[in-house]
Amino acid sequence: MIKVLKSGLFTNLQDAGRLGFQSYGIPISGPMDKFSFDLANKILNNSLNSSALEITMTGPLLEFYKNTLICITGADISPRLNDIRIENNKIIEVKPKDRLSFGALVSGFRAYLGVLGGFKSNLTHNSSSMCFGVTKHVRLVKNDTLNYQQYDFPFKEQFTLDLIVNKNANHLKVYKGPEYDLLNDTTKKVLFSNAFSLSNTFNRMAIQLNEKLYNQINPIITSPVLPGTIQLTPNGTLIVLMRDCQTTGGYPRILQLDERSINTISQYKKDSSFYFSSII
Amino acid sequence: MNHFKINYFQYNSNSILISWPNSIDKHTLKDVLLFKYSIEENIKPLVEVISAYNSLLVVYDFTIDNIYSCISALKVCYNKKNKFVNKKNYVWKIPVCYEDQFAIDINLIANHLKLSKNEIINTHTNNDYLVYFMGFMPGFMYLGGLDKKIHFKRKSIPLLKVPKGSVAIGGSQTGIYPLESPGGWNIIGNSPIKLVNIDNCRIPIKPGDYIRFFSIDSNEYKRILNSTIEYFIEREVIDD
Repeated sequence: MIKVLKSGLFTNLQDAGRLGFQSYGIPISGPMDKFSFDLANKILNNSLNSSALEITMTGPLLEFYKNTLICITGADISPRLNDIRIENNKIIEVKPKDRLSFGALVSGFRAYLGVLGGFKSNLTHNSSSMCFGVTKHVRLVKNDTLNYQQYDFPFKEQFTLDLIVNKNANHLKVYKGPEYDLLNDTTKKVLFSNAFSLSNTFNRMAIQLNEKLYNQINPIITSPVLPGTIQLTPNGTLIVLMRDCQTTGGYPRILQLDERSINTISQYKKDSSFYFSSII
Repeated sequence: MNHFKINYFQYNSNSILISWPNSIDKHTLKDVLLFKYSIEENIKPLVEVISAYNSLLVVYDFTIDNIYSCISALKVCYNKKNKFVNKKNYVWKIPVCYEDQFAIDINLIANHLKLSKNEIINTHTNNDYLVYFMGFMPGFMYLGGLDKKIHFKRKSIPLLKVPKGSVAIGGSQTGIYPLESPGGWNIIGNSPIKLVNIDNCRIPIKPGDYIRFFSIDSNEYKRILNSTIEYFIEREVIDD
């Protein structure tokens, strides 16, 4: 068992997501940065649908009650085990009474804490992913506990991982959205030449951008949307839909982020700036 | 049978969006749903086919390699859609308590529209509403067919917490809020039944079905709300 002593800003449980229920208006959910989530499970040799904690900007304080192995990936939030600095992307042994804490945000925005075999949790519509309106709890709070399977040491050999770092981390790759062709040429040019940045309005459902765009497109008849869809509102605000987004929407869908770029933007913080680059 | 101009668009690496001309009507919906059933039966592996008023999103369980071959397979499905015309649809009877404790905006509507509260309730319960699709939030149904007599503009400032179960009117639309949420529609009642729950139950109501509201008093409301047995929504088969 793991116990939450301090919750952090927004610590929540995610597995690979809830597929096949969008027709009921139920969001897909799953980790904001699926790449880092998968990485934690791969390092631990877990199945890729194992639940991990998604830790947002400010980390929690956690206490462990059983032997196991953990791995932290994604953002570097200066993790410490019993006050000793530990590294991301490594298998770490934990024992009963061990305390995992976090400190300053060094890079990225969301970290993933994987545990051997994943955290045990009730499934709602085949998934343990927390989501507003779908699961009873949307985040972990103080004194919450989560169970995991005990694993006694010694464990298999530690391995080093050569990560391929995305050198173009400030370029987000996009496809044209269904309503892209309704934009005028000037607006299209602005989209692919200007820098854009994250506003302070963001959560697991959507990220609003600071820069506004001239909008001459009328709202559309409500139609399906997906994570990564970029909508243009009547006042010109750009909204990037994220993992817990609604299943349908009525704003023009001008761009669609590719899967890797959804992961990339999940690691951006307020005012991080980036460019769109077209796939086609 | 109507003939529609249908457009295919690759939405992301594993989805294709299919769009019909801009119209909200039951003939378009019928065509959308027949196509959906045909895709679900003939194309594999799929994650899901999501329908809305005049569009379908086909989500494949693989990365699209050749968009043209996917589209031709979809076109074959479209030609086979009439096999599903006899699929049954239902009218679902949803209990609503229209008493003042829930109907916080009914007096406002009554005054503006110069109707009595009973006239509003009778008009609201006297119609069958077509379920176009679910979206916006888990279990929220987009319904069509609100009588023009009780169309009423949305609030200029949305209510931060519309209570769960609220039955409301927003412009030419009516609907039930399955969860507490912000909302700008005017509330005329509350339904005690669960349209979404956290216990893995699937909502039995499907796009293409109809909803019929019926009025209950607050005692019946409490009885249904507090019952330990899941409320059984009465239904009848429709033929249209």
